[in-house]
Amino acid sequence: MHPAYTVIFFTTASGAGYGLLFWLSLAHVFGAGPDRWTSLGALILGTVLVSAGLVSSTYHLGRPERAWRAFSQWRSSWLSREGVAAVATYLPMTGLGLIWLFGLSENLVTLLAALTVFGTLITVYCTGMIYGSLPTIRHWYRTDVPVIYLVLAAGTGGLLFQSFVDDYNLLVAIALVAGLALKMWYWMDVDRDPGKYTSEMAFGMPQLGAPTPLDPPHTQPNFIMREMGYVVARKHAKRLRTFAMVLLFGASVLALVGLPWIAVLLAGAAVWMERWLFFAEAEHVSMLYYGAQRA
Amino acid sequence: MTGPQIDTSAPVSDEIRKTTCYMCACRCGIDVHLKDNKVRYIEGNRDHPVNKGVICGKGASGIMQHYSPARLKAPMKRVGPRGSGQFEEISWDEALEMATDWMGEVRKRDPKRLAFFTGRDQSQSLTGFWAIKYGTPNFAAHGGFCSVNMAAGGLYTFGGAFWEFGDPDWDKTKYFMLFGVAEDHASNPIKIGIGKLKKRGAKVVSVNPVRTGYNAVADEWIGIRPGTDGLFVGALIHELFRTQQIDLDYLQRYTNSGWLVIDAPGTGDDGLFARGEDGDQLVWCQSSQSFQSRKNPDAQAAFTGARTLPDGRSARPVFELMAERYMSDEYSPETVAQETGLSAEDMRRIAAELAHVAFQEEIVIEQPWVDWAGRKQDKMIGRPVSMHAMRGISAHSNGFQTCRMIHLLQILLGSIDCPGGFRYKPPYPKQTPPNLLPHGRLADVAPETPLAGPQLGFPHGPEHLLLDENGDPSRIDKGFSWDAPMSAHGMMHMVLNNAAKQDPYKIDVLFMYMANMAWNSSMNVPGTLDALTAKDDDGNYVIPKIIYSDAYYSETVPFADLILPDTTYLERWDCISLLDRPISEPELVADSIRHPVVEPDRDVRGFQTVLIDLGARLGLPGFVKEDGSPAYPGGYPDYMVNHERKPGVGPLAGWRGKDGTDSGVGAVNPAQLDRYIENGAFFGQHLAPEHAYFKHANRGYIDWAISKGIRASAEPTIFQLYCEPVQKFRLAAQGFGDIQPPDRARDRIKRYFDPLPFWYPPFEGEMVDLEAYPLNAITQRPMHMYHSWGSQNAWLRQITAANRLYVHTSVAEGIGAKDDDWVWLTSHQGRVKCQIQVMEGVNPHTVWTWNAIGKRRGAWGLSDDAPESNKGFLLNHLISELLPAGGGGYRYSNSDPITGQAAWFDLRVGITKAAVGDTVEPFFEPLGNASQEPSPEKLAYGAAFKEPAE
Amino acid sequence: MTTLPKTTTKKLGLVIDLDICVGCQACATSCKEWNTGGYSAPLSDHDPYGADPSGAWLNRIHSFEFPGDAATPGLADGKTVHFPRSCLHCEEPACVTVCPTGASYKREEDGIVLVNPDTCIGCKLCSWACPYGAREYDYDHGVMKKCTLCVDRIYNEHIPEEDRIPACVRACPTGARAFGDLGDPDSDVSRNVAEREGFDLLAEMGYKPTNKYLPPRKRVDPTPEPLPEAVPLAKHGSRMDALFAWVDKTLS
Ligand SMILES: Nc1nc2c(c(=O)[nH]1)N[C@H]1C(S)=C(S)[C@@H](COP(=O)(O)OP(=O)(O)OC[C@H]3O[C@@H](n4cnc5c(=O)[nH]c(N)nc54)[C@H](O)[C@@H]3O)O[C@H]1N2
Ligand SMILES: Nc1nc2c(c(=O)[nH]1)N[C@H]1C(S)=C(S)[C@@H](COP(=O)(O)OP(=O)(O)OC[C@H]3O[C@@H](n4cnc5c(=O)[nH]c(N)nc54)[C@H](O)[C@@H]3O)O[C@H]1N2
Ligand code: SF4
Ligand code: SF4
Ligand code: SF4
Ligand code: SF4
Ligand code: SF4
Ligand SMILES: [Mo]
Repeated sequence: MHPAYTVIFFTTASGAGYGLLFWLSLAHVFGAGPDRWTSLGALILGTVLVSAGLVSSTYHLGRPERAWRAFSQWRSSWLSREGVAAVATYLPMTGLGLIWLFGLSENLVTLLAALTVFGTLITVYCTGMIYGSLPTIRHWYRTDVPVIYLVLAAGTGGLLFQSFVDDYNLLVAIALVAGLALKMWYWMDVDRDPGKYTSEMAFGMPQLGAPTPLDPPHTQPNFIMREMGYVVARKHAKRLRTFAMVLLFGASVLALVGLPWIAVLLAGAAVWMERWLFFAEAEHVSMLYYGAQRA
Repeated sequence: MTGPQIDTSAPVSDEIRKTTCYMCACRCGIDVHLKDNKVRYIEGNRDHPVNKGVICGKGASGIMQHYSPARLKAPMKRVGPRGSGQFEEISWDEALEMATDWMGEVRKRDPKRLAFFTGRDQSQSLTGFWAIKYGTPNFAAHGGFCSVNMAAGGLYTFGGAFWEFGDPDWDKTKYFMLFGVAEDHASNPIKIGIGKLKKRGAKVVSVNPVRTGYNAVADEWIGIRPGTDGLFVGALIHELFRTQQIDLDYLQRYTNSGWLVIDAPGTGDDGLFARGEDGDQLVWCQSSQSFQSRKNPDAQAAFTGARTLPDGRSARPVFELMAERYMSDEYSPETVAQETGLSAEDMRRIAAELAHVAFQEEIVIEQPWVDWAGRKQDKMIGRPVSMHAMRGISAHSNGFQTCRMIHLLQILLGSIDCPGGFRYKPPYPKQTPPNLLPHGRLADVAPETPLAGPQLGFPHGPEHLLLDENGDPSRIDKGFSWDAPMSAHGMMHMVLNNAAKQDPYKIDVLFMYMANMAWNSSMNVPGTLDALTAKDDDGNYVIPKIIYSDAYYSETVPFADLILPDTTYLERWDCISLLDRPISEPELVADSIRHPVVEPDRDVRGFQTVLIDLGARLGLPGFVKEDGSPAYPGGYPDYMVNHERKPGVGPLAGWRGKDGTDSGVGAVNPAQLDRYIENGAFFGQHLAPEHAYFKHANRGYIDWAISKGIRASAEPTIFQLYCEPVQKFRLAAQGFGDIQPPDRARDRIKRYFDPLPFWYPPFEGEMVDLEAYPLNAITQRPMHMYHSWGSQNAWLRQITAANRLYVHTSVAEGIGAKDDDWVWLTSHQGRVKCQIQVMEGVNPHTVWTWNAIGKRRGAWGLSDDAPESNKGFLLNHLISELLPAGGGGYRYSNSDPITGQAAWFDLRVGITKAAVGDTVEPFFEPLGNASQEPSPEKLAYGAAFKEPAE
Repeated sequence: MTTLPKTTTKKLGLVIDLDICVGCQACATSCKEWNTGGYSAPLSDHDPYGADPSGAWLNRIHSFEFPGDAATPGLADGKTVHFPRSCLHCEEPACVTVCPTGASYKREEDGIVLVNPDTCIGCKLCSWACPYGAREYDYDHGVMKKCTLCVDRIYNEHIPEEDRIPACVRACPTGARAFGDLGDPDSDVSRNVAEREGFDLLAEMGYKPTNKYLPPRKRVDPTPEPLPEAVPLAKHGSRMDALFAWVDKTLS
């Protein structure tokens, strides 16, 4: 799949943002949240990241001015659900923000924080499920996909939170290591899986054997080939995977030793690479019509 | 929940205008939908005889052709050097004055020094008429490099031809063999036909080195080695003789099988038909045991046995000669297996299938008819085997003989113009040999004097050659000379080369129309460009003046001195006449027109109108009235209605007569064009059911055709299995007769001018080093592209903007290459660097590519980095217009020795892997194109037709 | 709207005969031509005269080589297949359900899957969800395009009744394309599918395409037996003598 930078930025930034909000709110749910101004600072950073991500994602749209329409189809569409969840999550976030900004009664903090925790989880899960629900792309159509989104959001967001509160070193490091482990498993697993759809199936005439392309429908790349036919060189992908894993590992070590501001840069870069690969390595079934043997 | 309410019944267009497509030469009827004066949509005309409502990939892209940015805008004169593309726009008056001056001066001085050659046009009856009146021998259209082998092979044999002069009986045939066709002129009809056959469960056999397109859907694909079809067909014939599966009754009725051939080696009559005192050919009548005129309907010609003629010489019937030739081991399936690459077993099976279908599955139509001799026949018996062949046969130097061999096969099976067989389209059949003779011997060419007849025709012997007093060619292309005696369509591929060499003489004005000769219709493109720009010692161009009419900025435009910009096909009048290449169907005599369905928005004029104007300005007879004023002041539409070739016979056959009730022959009808337009731009008259078959010998049909002005002779058309005119040339080569070939040509003519079809290896493969050039290289037409035109079409070029060289897996393995790798392809002429695509469905000795995709930078409104010029290539760079020097050092043209047909597909190549590559070679400098407006960077055609949304 | 109708009254779709398709592109360009001025107008083209021409097409024609089917005469030595590909108007199309805006929908009345060009936001998600590569993004217009089954032709009262069929079907010169109600087992298209063993593409994905493809037939062979020697050779001397004897006898 074509790696769209707007989308990569969106999931990386909003993931970190929601992760931060998640930790912040979770701490408050357990009554262990930081002080008012620290909380407000973290909330603002989280909101900025989330919003920047959401705004950037509209740049991916052909018709950004119609983006509001995307909230309507929550009954079937994970993208719509994500939009609804993201907007809904702004409500408790705003509540928390107002409380901390104006020093209002803290009575509602626990409730709002709980709602925020819930909202961030749902939103990131929805983001993951946008991909995880697509049977056309075996690299995405996996139960671990939303989990990885969640864990990496928790890891990167955790580092941010850690930077604010100078605590939770072990928890954050665990989240990052969990992310690393899950991703390593994911890569091992997708490499093992040759894809269950074959070019024979694509043409519905298995008795004739596997087709080889003779003439393409258009000699220059078309939308489908550009969007779904993006291929990254194996060597390049391997290198990037290693980088991402090393960076994530480094980030978790730094988290453990309490250097979150540096760690967050490493983890951010790692997730960026991971997201890029998440697209670039993903194989779309439609490429069976353009010469792929399996997908 | 359902979706939004949408308007599923929006008006489509403001108006539909019916005209004739010209995205290719198939000439389908189209319904052009206009909305807000723009073309909204073009679809096939359901009532039209050619396409019956369907349309092809090109036709449906007409919008993009019509609005192409490469369209020429106004007349131009060259101001920079040739090829620079530096032009100045001029007015039509100035352009026409200039052309008149140039051509008028030549006509007064030496009319042969005007060469008028036209390409893809379909108005030869006008351009030819003009050329006759001008008085130059140097006129031809593109047939000489296209498929004259098929035209001549068919016309000399049975008065019809493949090409678009006939059709398989799509509705009745049960076995269809397709030789060497990728697309053909009958583009939609073949597709409609193949669809019908496949749905009916008829068998389709394709004989083609490449398995794509029609050949991919065939039931059986015979991946023959190029140039060897004559052997394959010979083997089928061998089998039919061997197993006695021949329609003797059919041969007796319709062919010269029983005609006696004089057997007197070493005399001037050897191999000619024995003739009686009245000049009629003789047969030996078995019932009366006497010699009889072949015209005697009661004669029972013997097919076997030598007879002693009254003058004591011996003569043998044609059948016996055929049997001897084809029964010989030379044509046994085993013998030809190696060369053709086919298995003897398959060949035997196919022969058996042909015989089975022809004779065991015969079809009978209970339709009485009357034969040429007035004998009533109570039914029509059909042999439902049909064949079609085109350039895979014709574009070889053995194409004439191979084409004749296929016709022989059809005739032995009794399947020409019978139910289920191959059917003539009126005005075919014509006489055998065709009774149109070539004109333009230099002795007959004089200043300001029309020729006595058409330049192109069908010689019956050396006496009809166009030679000068030294026996040298009269024509610039050397057509109808000893180089190519029966070059019925001229040899357009030799014009530029010969003109640049001033061989046989100098040309002062070259006038071309609709032919991209500076690129894809020339062999040896670099050599051709040299010819166009060659200068003499004084620094003047050797071809001093070039006038060219094109509609688009093609590769040829920059090489002309004066450009006469044509309209697009939607903007002009055209006439697809029975005098030319009509649109008839086997049961329908038909012709058609084009009429302007949109007005030009540029300063362009229809070429035919311009030609008529030039004719008048030059004062050519036929183009001016007695008082010297223009005969057709209204231009082409005026001519289409008012011109009469013979009394009552004009360009259009429909709605003649004062009140429009006559057809074929009748007085001029001023309202004729309105009637055409009302009828969807065509006219069609059905044949009576009793005239539908056996038209070559059908009394009723023949008389009717004469009354309609589409047939000259009341005699039946007799199939010439043995072709006497060919033998006459051979006799000359043997030293008989006054008109003698030069010595260098004698052996060649003796060998190839065989009156019975035979196979010989194509020339190039015989003359080049086959170790260096082991592979055959051929091209195919993509169904969605028309030669060079398609690349300016924003939609079509998305489908194919670049071409690959397709090679068999084994060839790729041999050079260690895979898909997309770059290779060098070399021939004795030059080399090309290109990318490959590996495939299975190709003869392993053959490489091929799509034709005419490669473009030169600067042409067609394309950017310099367009794939067409960076990844696209032409095989033409590798094809030489001349054969390597033979024994005497003379270089013949790369053509069939009989007809002069360009032998595009004889090409032999070697292939090696290229180290690296990103663009094709050879490299051609971009052509200047400052006179053209820049092409748009995006298109949203159709957006304007939609009501603004939201 | 992106939830799917439980059932549709009709299942309109195309049947494409791979035994007949010659890959001529008529259906592709007719489609482009009709639709660039139709329901989802325009179908824009980028760099139309430059290095990288591309545009929105709703129907594309591929060609492939298959190694063949050893068991079937005529298909044993491999086959070149031309393969037109457009939206299959699936019964369970994720392209619809993933759409966040409701711009993608499947019509209850006839099963046609459409994109509303006025509400699509161009998120491209539907194209990711389509296994068949049948959705085409119009970069210029910023919305998704796809085969409309010529919904603006098939019911169009401004068009003569016989022409109320998709542009591609109307154009196809070989008759390799047919249009009809595949939900009605008695329709011509359904019968043909049954008879010719029409099949689904990528049935394994479970999208239940409405469009069907018909496979290449096995070869028609009028008579598999080679012709025997017509006359025993010994009796009549040479083969030529035998032939001549036969000819003389037949003609007399
Ligand atoms: N390698 C190889 N070469 C071949 C062949 C092959 O098979 N292989 N085939 C050969 C054959 S058979 C042929 S017929 C030739 C064809 O070759 P050409 O006859 O050169 O055909 P086109 O490329 O179509 O060029 C025709 C010219 O007509 C112009 N034109 C288009 N429409 C109009 C119009 O309405 N009015 C005017 N005035 N001009 C117009 C085009 O712009 C173009 O410049 O190619 C030959 N060349
Ligand atoms: N779409 C489209 N239609 C066209 C044209 C076009 O440019 N585009 N051009 C028009 C013109 S001018 C012409 S002349 C006609 C020509 O129409 P076709 O006769 O179909 O011409 P080609 O495409 O050259 O196809 C020649 C075929 O012969 C095969 N072949 C080559 N050598 C041999 C051989 O030795 N034996 C056999 N059996 N086969 C062989 C090739 O593989 C190829 O399939 O098409 C006309 N129609
Ligand atoms: S076959 Fe030729 S004439 Fe007919 S629709 Fe196609 S381009 Fe037009
Ligand atoms: S083919 Fe693709 S676009 Fe069409 S309905 Fe099925 S999934 Fe949707
Ligand atoms: S691109 Fe348009 S139709 Fe497709 S999912 Fe997005 S909004 Fe829906
Ligand atoms: S049905 Fe209409 S929109 Fe769909 S492929 Fe055919 S022409 Fe195109
Ligand atoms: S129009 Fe018909 S034959 Fe041509 S590509 Fe389309 S389906 Fe195939
Ligand atoms: Mo041609």
